[in-house]
Amino acid sequence: MVDPMIVKIADNITSPLGFTTEENYQAVKRGDTRLQRFVNKWSLPEPFIASLFEEGTLESAFNHRVKATLPYTRFEQMALLSAIEAITRSGIDAASERCIFILSTTKGNISLLEQGVEGVPDDRLQLSETARAIARFFGNRAEPMVVSNACASGVCVQIVAMRYLESGRYDHAVVIGADIQSPFIVSGFASFKALSPTACQPFSENRMGLNLGEAAATMVLRRVDEAKGYWQLADGAIRNDAHHISSPSKAAEGSFRALEAVLRRCPLTEELAVINAHGTATLYNDEMEAKAIERAGLLAIPVNAYKGNYGHTMGAAGVLETILTMRGLDEGTILPTRGFDELGVSKPIRVTKECLTTDRQAFIKLISGFGGTNAALRCVKV
Amino acid sequence: MKTIHEINIDNSSAVIDGKRIDTSRSGSQMLTELYRIYVNDYPKFFKMDILCKLGFIASELLLQAEGAPRFTDRADRADRAILFFNHSSSIQADKAFEETIRDRSDFFPSPSVFVYTLPNIVTGEIAIRNHYYGETNFIILNERDDERIRQVTEAAFTDPTTTSAIAGWIEAPDNHHFTAALKLITK
Repeated sequence: MVDPMIVKIADNITSPLGFTTEENYQAVKRGDTRLQRFVNKWSLPEPFIASLFEEGTLESAFNHRVKATLPYTRFEQMALLSAIEAITRSGIDAASERCIFILSTTKGNISLLEQGVEGVPDDRLQLSETARAIARFFGNRAEPMVVSNACASGVCVQIVAMRYLESGRYDHAVVIGADIQSPFIVSGFASFKALSPTACQPFSENRMGLNLGEAAATMVLRRVDEAKGYWQLADGAIRNDAHHISSPSKAAEGSFRALEAVLRRCPLTEELAVINAHGTATLYNDEMEAKAIERAGLLAIPVNAYKGNYGHTMGAAGVLETILTMRGLDEGTILPTRGFDELGVSKPIRVTKECLTTDRQAFIKLISGFGGTNAALRCVKV
Repeated sequence: MKTIHEINIDNSSAVIDGKRIDTSRSGSQMLTELYRIYVNDYPKFFKMDILCKLGFIASELLLQAEGAPRFTDRADRADRAILFFNHSSSIQADKAFEETIRDRSDFFPSPSVFVYTLPNIVTGEIAIRNHYYGETNFIILNERDDERIRQVTEAAFTDPTTTSAIAGWIEAPDNHHFTAALKLITK
């Protein structure tokens, strides 16, 4: 009897940089971004920089791809576009009772608080209702779950899905990370003084905060006895800082403990190609992650982050960034960190400026968020 | 998994291990009453939104029932997990924040309101109070489903660091309607 393993059999990224993983991968490899400055958008008093879909592109892509009989919100259209592509590529029967949908989002359809969408019931503001609408689109009747751990959700969701599949109740999990930008989220982060007035610069000396972004990313996961040729979610851990609800621990306590946990069954850290960091480009987050990496003894491993391409896509970030890192390593590439120039954290981490090549087939994804939640995920391709 | 203690709170009663705690108020006033009688040394309580107040009071009463020394960094405590589930996410805080941005000519978003629009903040509040560095997780379900909650909690114990957890349902759609059904569980 072998322990079951959880592998990714298909994926998709739907973002302002493209509607497939491949388009997104090539864009990030080139160093592209759709980050731009918005003035008077949504009548907000302050300008802000964000990575948003050009007006109408999401809706027209959805109408082109999907002959939907029911109305969906912009958030749901984005999540569905991503899920449809990933599920089609996987070849699974998403309607099967052996398949579960697990969503990762922070604010889902929060815009419905401000303005309704014609034909969409008001209760779709509830995250469980929007998750149901997405699962039902595929004919799936199992009750979906929604993981909502603020900005750390996208890694926590993979850990929840991994364990749930290991328990044997389901064969497949469709994991969807998604968040749309809105006046609600932008004004919230602005009130925290967390937004950078320039394109964000992860880990850099002159970093001034984060940019927000919107995206959806989907992974189809399967329980297997033989993982050969697939990316395996090998180990994951979630830990709290027990420090502050909106600022990270100076000692990086939670992030360090999460890292330490995913290394327990990985004695050979030289097998790791890269640590894909959260790298939001806020002063405190990036410093904290550098500290966690140092404490875990991983200063020799290259570090990268994709917020300079996408901004912070919140509930999508952990899923999207895991997929991109896997895609890069599939062809021996460690992706660059757009926006990074001079190292501006106190520990000498090796942040990638340009693409690097590697023959290593393992990495760690790090993430952190409000509520003191930190998570780490170790992925291996065998 | 073994349930050590359990607490059930709704808008008019608090019951620990089947025994009702005397209260004279209801709604959020009852939570304040419980705070005054059983806690009273954590003024941050008054800054919290309804979901956090509920989770905080429920966890305090649960941990007082446990009777173990509080606020130690002993590993078996420090690694304790907090695994919460609900239906309405942080809807009460969401509506409160929306009020502050609705009128763009009277625009006053505040970080202390916005932060509670993330449902997992309650898990962080309890972790901070108790020096718990273990797993914290918040999952939204369509309705209270004790079997699903049990399965996800059981799965969380596959993390070898996790040997005990505060886990369960915590739902607070507004200041007058709420339910907490939490258990202190060991592996």
